[in-house]
Amino acid sequence: MGDKSNRTMNVLIVGVGGQGVIMVSKVLAQLCQADGHDVKQSEVHGMAKRGGGVFSHVRFGPKVWSPTIPEGEVDILVALEWAEGLRWLKHLKPDTGTFIADCQKIVPPFACRNRKRGAEPAYAPQTPEEIIEQVHAGYVMDATGMAANLGNARASNTVLLGALSTVLDFPEEAWVEIIAATVPAKSVEANRAAFAEGRAWAMGGEKRIDVTASGLHKAHSEMHHPQVDTILEITEEWCKGCDICVKMCPERCLRLNDLLKAELALPDLCTGCQLCAWLCPDQAIRVTNIPVTEAAE
Amino acid sequence: MTEALRQTAADPILAGAARPLTGNEAIARGVWEAGAKVAAAYPGTPSTEILENIATYPASDIHAQWSTNEKTAMDVAIGASFAGVRAFTAMKHVGLNVAADALMSFSYIGVNGGLVIAICDDPGIHSSQNEQDSRIYARFAQVPVLEPSDGQEALELTRLAFDISERFDTPVFVRSTTRLSHTRSTVVMGSREEPAERHFNENPKKNVMIPAHARMQHGVVLERERRLKDWLNDTPLNRVEPGDTRVGIITSGIPYTYVKEVMPDATVLKLGVTWPLPDRLLHDFAASVDRVIVVEELEPLIEDALKAMGIPCEGKAFFPRAGEFSPEVVHDGLARAGLMTPRVNAAPFEFAPMIRPPVLCAGCPHAACYMALRALDARVAGDIGCYTLAVVEPLKSIDTCVSMGSSIANAVGMAKAGTETKPIVATIGDSTFLHSGIPPLIDAVYNGADITVFLLDNHITAMTGGQDHPGTGKTLRGDPAPRIDFMELVKSLGVKWVQKVDSYDTASMQRTLREAMAHKGVSVVISDRPCVLDPVRIKGPAMEVEQESCIACQACMNLGCPAITWSEGWHEGRHKVRIDPEACIGCSLCAQLCTTHSIRPIQ
Repeated sequence: MGDKSNRTMNVLIVGVGGQGVIMVSKVLAQLCQADGHDVKQSEVHGMAKRGGGVFSHVRFGPKVWSPTIPEGEVDILVALEWAEGLRWLKHLKPDTGTFIADCQKIVPPFACRNRKRGAEPAYAPQTPEEIIEQVHAGYVMDATGMAANLGNARASNTVLLGALSTVLDFPEEAWVEIIAATVPAKSVEANRAAFAEGRAWAMGGEKRIDVTASGLHKAHSEMHHPQVDTILEITEEWCKGCDICVKMCPERCLRLNDLLKAELALPDLCTGCQLCAWLCPDQAIRVTNIPVTEAAE
Repeated sequence: MTEALRQTAADPILAGAARPLTGNEAIARGVWEAGAKVAAAYPGTPSTEILENIATYPASDIHAQWSTNEKTAMDVAIGASFAGVRAFTAMKHVGLNVAADALMSFSYIGVNGGLVIAICDDPGIHSSQNEQDSRIYARFAQVPVLEPSDGQEALELTRLAFDISERFDTPVFVRSTTRLSHTRSTVVMGSREEPAERHFNENPKKNVMIPAHARMQHGVVLERERRLKDWLNDTPLNRVEPGDTRVGIITSGIPYTYVKEVMPDATVLKLGVTWPLPDRLLHDFAASVDRVIVVEELEPLIEDALKAMGIPCEGKAFFPRAGEFSPEVVHDGLARAGLMTPRVNAAPFEFAPMIRPPVLCAGCPHAACYMALRALDARVAGDIGCYTLAVVEPLKSIDTCVSMGSSIANAVGMAKAGTETKPIVATIGDSTFLHSGIPPLIDAVYNGADITVFLLDNHITAMTGGQDHPGTGKTLRGDPAPRIDFMELVKSLGVKWVQKVDSYDTASMQRTLREAMAHKGVSVVISDRPCVLDPVRIKGPAMEVEQESCIACQACMNLGCPAITWSEGWHEGRHKVRIDPEACIGCSLCAQLCTTHSIRPIQ
């Protein structure tokens, strides 16, 4: 890519809080500045530490105006986490953009909220194969795995920097020098190795998918979970109105009635999870899940 | 704050050197270069890093401190100005509401040593409770507001703000927004000047705002605004960038960069000062172009002023009043005005992105507190801090959140309304309690409100990234300081029922809260565990889930802990759970909830 052209180059780096998005963007910004470009690097803090998404825009060229990259203008999208990469894909230039992603998933607890039988995590279902088909150039690598094999999974961001270095026209030594100046002294060697690993991997062509990446995104479990009818019975004589079940029901479908006995107030919300039955100190609740058979239908 | 930041800006020998600085780092550098001697602030996103960076400059050059709240910080800076030195305070937009009382009077008084206030607005509400436009405060208080567009201007305008402050005898705003504060751009640094020494100016007519003096000073303020307008007509801070005269765009701050990005050929009037406005310059500019468009984020301050001056212009007819601007928003607005072709959406990727909301950290001591409150079915008046995240599932227990320190008095009002059947609890963090929770607690005791105050003491200002406060025993520069004893403080205010609980003991937490709620009158429960991130990252031995015995009840997931997700295993159609050993800090809360004792420390 022509770094010295008259236009602004746009690199968007995305991931999850704590992954090192800011480190990647700082290295790139310093490299561009040392090479005589005007640079702007923009990020939003605040919620980053609490496991939310993090993104950083790096723009460089003869003169950079806006700190943020307009939608559809991203030349290179670097994703430290798979679903975060997908989130920003539509910002990539359709005809010339390059997508560099770690295939590792960080599944948020929010994706594991559905207690219905057979529910799968609400994590992005798209596989590397279907995505890479739709981008101009792309690399989906197991950067976390590579870094772990080198002894420190946290250096996955530096593996991605290695891949990024093959798409931009800066000399290898310049990258290594700035990475060494940015990371803590004790991890310089580990990061040097991680960078070399990522760079060597990405050298092999314009579209590549790591073999491990495909493995990590195998189709969701085919296990058969028959639909069930849930029957929730409460033995009123045994219920002493402690309301543990009412307070702990994740769907909030139980309540205490006027006689201070537990009752199923919103049966449609009940997922049959049996938490109330397990927690009831008086064994007053019984949950039965009866498979819906062909005959019953 | 990282080591790398320390190396970039806070080195006096860097004069003349260029470094990539954030807007906040550049403002800090500007404060130091201007020779300011006293700086005070209360943390608040996106302004926090300004004071943190000032504290990286030598203590012999500048005293930098965290104050208990923004008004206190403002008053400290005002005191330093009275004493004759250049003084500085920084705050987020809503912090200015807290400091506004002092500001409005001090505008009448004017300065001795120059006084500059950095206000960081948050258009788009990245981390705030509203998106008010602080330029309106500048008009209200009749003080000038400078709006930098990048790091270099942030440094230079901050320096210049001190000169303007002293020349026109007025406090001066430097207004940033989240985008500027957190964007790094190349900044060439200067060296520190040492302003001429001044001493206290014994002039009661200027310094003591009794009605007789204030009446006189109001006239002085009006005259000051007139002199500022005159000067602003000719200062290079407001500049015309000639181009296509069919349209003239008036803009400022970060939106200026968006205008240059999407319409590089337009004639542009870039306002470096957005209040007061230079009337002659604006009339001349409007006369030089066929059509005037105002591009300003949030409120139509400039547009309304132009219309009041009789200058035909358009702005909010095409651009939103809510939300953050971007090149896309500016492009769309100019397209609506018929000046550009609309953007085409060429994106082939039409899937909805996965939701990844922010969550409380693994081992966060707040989690058990809110789980208990949910279980006890309390009516919870919340406050400002990380713990506001407990408004969503699975903790889902906060009923209200208004502004810093509101929780306790909100609870008093709910109790006095007499309509509530649930026990009423106010939850408030340690830093927020010191900021503005003490007067309402006194109010609750004084008026005999039947409420429980749950003081969530995690020993730090966590939300903004871990700043010290009077409860931590350390100052901004890390020096030891007397440490507030919350138990003693609360007792001294007249609270008869107060107890400490361990945030990592769910049973005693629920028991204590139940007792507190049963107490008639004000009861205070103090939860006591440090934040897992700051000042030191806590990491104990991780827990693991025994897959064989896990029955997928997922009771542990009611904590909302990000270390707990589904494993590949199933039980009766539901996923069993696993714990990420890297993320788990070993707080053991999930083990306390486990119905089958399947969660144990990794052996």
